[in-house]
Amino acid sequence: MRLTDVQAGWRDRARRFAAERIAPLADQIDRQQATPASVLAAMREEGYLGAALPARWGGGELDPVSYGLVTEEIGKACSSVRSLMTVHNMAAQALTALGDRHQRQRWLPELCTGRKIIAFALSEPGAGSATRAIGTRAVEVGDGYLVSGTKKWITFGQIADLFLVFAHCEREPVALVVDRHSDGLTVTPVTDIFGTRGSMPAEVRLDDVRVPRSHQVGPTGAGLGFVANLALDHGRFSVAWGSTGIIQGCLDACVSYTGRRTQGDRTLKDHQLVRRHLTDMLVAHTAAQAVCYRSACLRETGDPRAVMETALAKYHAAEAAIRVANDAVHLHGANGCTTDYPVARYLRDATVMGIVEGTHEIHQVTLADYAFQRPYLR
Amino acid sequence: MDVKARVRSYLRQAVMEEVGDGDDLFELGLVNSLFALQLVQFVENEFSIKAEREDLDIVNFSSIDALTAFVLRKTQPPPGPGHAAD
Repeated sequence: MRLTDVQAGWRDRARRFAAERIAPLADQIDRQQATPASVLAAMREEGYLGAALPARWGGGELDPVSYGLVTEEIGKACSSVRSLMTVHNMAAQALTALGDRHQRQRWLPELCTGRKIIAFALSEPGAGSATRAIGTRAVEVGDGYLVSGTKKWITFGQIADLFLVFAHCEREPVALVVDRHSDGLTVTPVTDIFGTRGSMPAEVRLDDVRVPRSHQVGPTGAGLGFVANLALDHGRFSVAWGSTGIIQGCLDACVSYTGRRTQGDRTLKDHQLVRRHLTDMLVAHTAAQAVCYRSACLRETGDPRAVMETALAKYHAAEAAIRVANDAVHLHGANGCTTDYPVARYLRDATVMGIVEGTHEIHQVTLADYAFQRPYLR
Repeated sequence: MDVKARVRSYLRQAVMEEVGDGDDLFELGLVNSLFALQLVQFVENEFSIKAEREDLDIVNFSSIDALTAFVLRKTQPPPGPGHAAD
């Protein structure tokens, strides 16, 4: 894969930014379970919050490869901060693609510049992978809806200004933009999660929240099949690249550690079984990046295979990240189980990558369908 | 190849089963939920059209007949000037 000057420029800039502004704070973000406002401001100033969004409305409109490379660099430094990029861009992408003219004019300028944050509110206490089981209800009242239900695990829900909420109206799924300050909406932080601990997740309760019909994104019935799926498709693309960042972070940490740590009369890197782990990590990163590049190139041309190739990339990269991070902890021995080294955080964050935007198990089922699709063989 | 033949060819390859022109792919469980997005990208790519917000009704993407009718509708010339993009 030969990068254009523009793509290499985005990568290099993101690499410097992540190393200088995010990585030094990653452990603090993990420990304190919060992403500082200063990091949000820096992400905003660098244009990463609207990186994938249209330039017309103030976004970066990065091509998929550039966006992926930026995501990888941010993800290498801190998965929690990367997850802000993911959810904000995926929800805003859905609004960009499926919102009407008035909705774009109203919300996109602030979303593209990151002055407002939008969260993706699909999951519920009783509905994770089974999205059709969502229990949140939207009842038509006058020129709008009364929305009631509980959303959970909403990434950056603690600070989001807007929520893209999915509900059932009668039996039809609808997607609605709901303002944080709406009467009847309550945000409760979800704390002590296992990984991406600085992603500030929240439970969002809606009690008869009045939502104007003008806040409905896409037609009635399209809420899950089109709006949610389109957002999740973007989310998977981002998580796939973020996972390659975790793998790279693990490899860097292990090269550094095994190159200076001595046991007996040899450095760790001179032990053959240690070298085997380093090789596997290197191959894992190369392979994960390759499927991510393939996905990016198909997205660039609007190829119909892009949807499933993105799911494939996410599945592969997340699975590889978990395996590599586990090995990275192992190579660090007892040190790997402490907060003195980043590998324990990488392992916890990688585990989350195997759950968000579709679990491994969901991907294992849906990707088998793709194996039977003849266009795959083209 | 006409529109229906191109749609039929793609769907039969993608689904790997003999699909009747009126068969509802989703109701028959022949495809998963992500396939709707894939179909949107297929018609946009194959026929150089843009599926707009109001087009995203699963009915438009449910069968060979429905997709063909949708593409033909989108490829007809607009009724008159004044279709400015937002």
